[in-house]
Amino acid sequence: MASTGTADAHSEEVGVASEDGVRRRDFIEIAAVSAAGVGGLACLLPLVSQMAPSADVLAESSTELDISALEEGQSIKAVFRKQPVFVRHLTPAEIEAADAVDVGSLRDPQTLQERTEDGHHNILVVMGVCTHLGCVPLGAAEGENKGEFGGYFCPCHGSHYDTAARIRKGPAPKNLEVPTYEFTTDTTIVIG
Amino acid sequence: MIRLVGILVGLGFTFVVLLTFLVGAYTAATEPAAETAEHAFHLTPKEDVHFSFEGPVGHWDIAQLQRGYKVYKEVCSACHSLKQVAFRNLADLGYSEAQVKAEAAAWRVPGIDPNTGEATTRPGLPTDAFPSPYPNSVAAAAANNNAIPPDLSLMTKARHEGSHYVYSLLTGYQEPSAELAERFPESLPGPGLHHNPYFANLNLAMAPPLTTEGQVTYDDGTVATVDQMSQDVAAFLTWTAEPKLVKRKQTGWPVLGFLLFATILAWFAKKSVWANAKRRED
Amino acid sequence: MSFPWAKNYEPVNPVMKFMDEKLPLPRLVYNAVGAGYPVPRNLSYFWNFGILAGFCLVLQIVTGVVLAMHYAANSGIAFNSVEHIMRDVNWGWMLRYMHANGASFFFLVIYIHIFRGFFYSSYKAPREMIWLLGVVIFLLTMATAFMGYVLPWGQMSFWGAKVITGLFSAIPLVGEPIQIWLLGGFAPDNAALNRFFSLHFMLPFVILGVVILHIWALHIPGSSNPTGVEVKQESDTVPFHPYYTAKDGFGLGVFLLIYFAFVFFFPNTLGHPDNYIEANPLSTPAHIVPEWYFYPFYAILRAFTFDFIIEAKLWGVLAMFSSILVWFFLPWLDKSPVRSGHYRPMFRKFFWFGLIPCMAVLFYCGGAPAEEPYVMISQIATAYYFLHFLVILPIISSIERPEPLPFSITEAVLGSDDSAVIEPAAKAAE
Repeated sequence: MASTGTADAHSEEVGVASEDGVRRRDFIEIAAVSAAGVGGLACLLPLVSQMAPSADVLAESSTELDISALEEGQSIKAVFRKQPVFVRHLTPAEIEAADAVDVGSLRDPQTLQERTEDGHHNILVVMGVCTHLGCVPLGAAEGENKGEFGGYFCPCHGSHYDTAARIRKGPAPKNLEVPTYEFTTDTTIVIG
Repeated sequence: MIRLVGILVGLGFTFVVLLTFLVGAYTAATEPAAETAEHAFHLTPKEDVHFSFEGPVGHWDIAQLQRGYKVYKEVCSACHSLKQVAFRNLADLGYSEAQVKAEAAAWRVPGIDPNTGEATTRPGLPTDAFPSPYPNSVAAAAANNNAIPPDLSLMTKARHEGSHYVYSLLTGYQEPSAELAERFPESLPGPGLHHNPYFANLNLAMAPPLTTEGQVTYDDGTVATVDQMSQDVAAFLTWTAEPKLVKRKQTGWPVLGFLLFATILAWFAKKSVWANAKRRED
Repeated sequence: MSFPWAKNYEPVNPVMKFMDEKLPLPRLVYNAVGAGYPVPRNLSYFWNFGILAGFCLVLQIVTGVVLAMHYAANSGIAFNSVEHIMRDVNWGWMLRYMHANGASFFFLVIYIHIFRGFFYSSYKAPREMIWLLGVVIFLLTMATAFMGYVLPWGQMSFWGAKVITGLFSAIPLVGEPIQIWLLGGFAPDNAALNRFFSLHFMLPFVILGVVILHIWALHIPGSSNPTGVEVKQESDTVPFHPYYTAKDGFGLGVFLLIYFAFVFFFPNTLGHPDNYIEANPLSTPAHIVPEWYFYPFYAILRAFTFDFIIEAKLWGVLAMFSSILVWFFLPWLDKSPVRSGHYRPMFRKFFWFGLIPCMAVLFYCGGAPAEEPYVMISQIATAYYFLHFLVILPIISSIERPEPLPFSITEAVLGSDDSAVIEPAAKAAE
């Protein structure tokens, strides 16, 4: 353990002490110190990876949701990986409002079509995590401030999202993230 | 001065402990301690079975673990919980994700009615732990004549020679010997107790759980003798106690190999450094 | 301080020169464990165990800090959180086994280190302070290990906490209030577990501090050596680096081989199965014992079973604490002018045929059930233990005739020392 730090100081000394045999001896000492280094580095593997999500945390990384009771215009909040997910059943008016926007003018250009699943373009699933600094935007629950564009509004730093949960105003750089999900039946979605 | 005090203190302690010794020796001589039934009749676990996971290169016998799981599910789980193990862990036993899901769903775990909030049960999810058969320890005690069936997750680590202990206990039920009846009549099993020389105090509240051949029907066609079922469930409980047992041994070899290599290098390095010291002296 | 021939640190490049002027940390290391520290050239492998103990301390701190990231010090979930580490945390099983076996190996190394000190009388002048600090380190390590063993909240954890805090209840009058205060309750529970965790986390850093003092104190007179003859001249020493770094590196390799063999193949052999049963305040395990490294002291505790003037319980507690406290007085109990057991015929006999068998018996009996004949055997061993340190050592140090010592370490190593002929002149010069 203590030997690694001052190794080179020593090999110089050996070089001075004797001309012949220096190479062989240098080699064995460098090899020993290198082996200690390799061993030390190998110790980092468990020490670093123990901080990564443990098996039980990884096992909880999919969420099944029943949306059969979700009426048009309603939203529900679910939990995916200990973070909120917003599922909104869009009204025709909201879809129209989203489609009316010139995509090219958006900060993070995406259409509602791209942000929803084929056959279920009226169901918008997004993470309830503001892309600015991670607060939970308002707008999913009844009576909450939906912001200037009728979608979601993050009160922390004033980011406004539209009905397709795209960033329209405020400091957030991206649209609300659409998690990986799929419809296993017409009314069941599995997130993750 | 310190030495004088030291000698006095030392003689003091010595005097007291020797006095204690003499009193103890006198007691031992006049009224020798009676032998206990545990001393005379308790047996250490049988060593005549060999498990695949034993030894420095041990590995799991997946088929055996699956059979053991079936024994646990159909017999043990009626009374014993397995709370440290989750259904998702069954993937280690060679079950596919779908099988694990189906297996979990076949169990009922405590849940909450989503509409009323009342306590209820729901089908298990892979992330759930094996449920306890009793809602709490009071219920467990009440249902079992005050003997709470212990959780089995760590049983093989919580006993000496755990895997062999479980096997021995399950196959060790027998009628108390005539000698026991004669010498220690108070150690004969009372009502609701069962004699088993592998159990610490010889009297076990658990009735023999595995009694008849074919009590469990194995999917792989293995004949389910009592001995076979006991071995299988002992292996299964070894896995539940230490699922990383095989990985531990598999990690051990490369680590020791590398260390051996590094230590040999260090030996030569040390020799070459010290050769220098000898030379300088000339 | 150092010997006049110690090599002086010379920074080789501007960066190191800058560093040396502003914060001479490289110089400190160079003088402590580098070429700037001249060490007797005749140290045996028994002198490896100081570095090994330091390594164990670092190992325990590193694995311990990592385990603390996953452990929950709450009596409701502590046991489950340990199983969470064993089952779900990445490499958690290995880190926990390393920490648990690390404690055992730490004590093994410490015991060899201490008994090397006994045999070579490393406690004698001018090294008294090193010894005293060492005993402090040992006591702190014992306290830390005890509290660490409580954390998994198994049966042995719980009953260990109850029994060890129960020792304090032997103190007349204030004993029981002290026990309740220590536990923060009438039996070990959440309050006790939380404070033990806090102290278990904090004490290793205190130990680290005392270890630094221990090494500092060591560098005043320099290391002792197997002849017990002090360093006289340059030819008696070699620079710590590379000679002892190389030797310690090899020793460390051997140590790690044995240690990891336990971690990977016998991880629970040194532990007790009962600690895999969750703590149950209503049922005591049939046979409660501490971890193996406390066996000798546990045997001394249990040796007193007879009320003589004061009650037996108090005698046991007094004797157990005294058995370590006597070590503090060793430098003044053993006044022999010769240090090394190699040149002390009587001392050597009592060491090999008295102290070592006595410790072996105490180790054995401390782990055995509290029944005959173990109690009686441990009583004899306890009597010898106190006689050895408090009576035999002071007496033989005055009556023993030591064997002739070598003139110098150089002579001990090479069989002759050229400077020996000028001894009178050298003496006069001093």
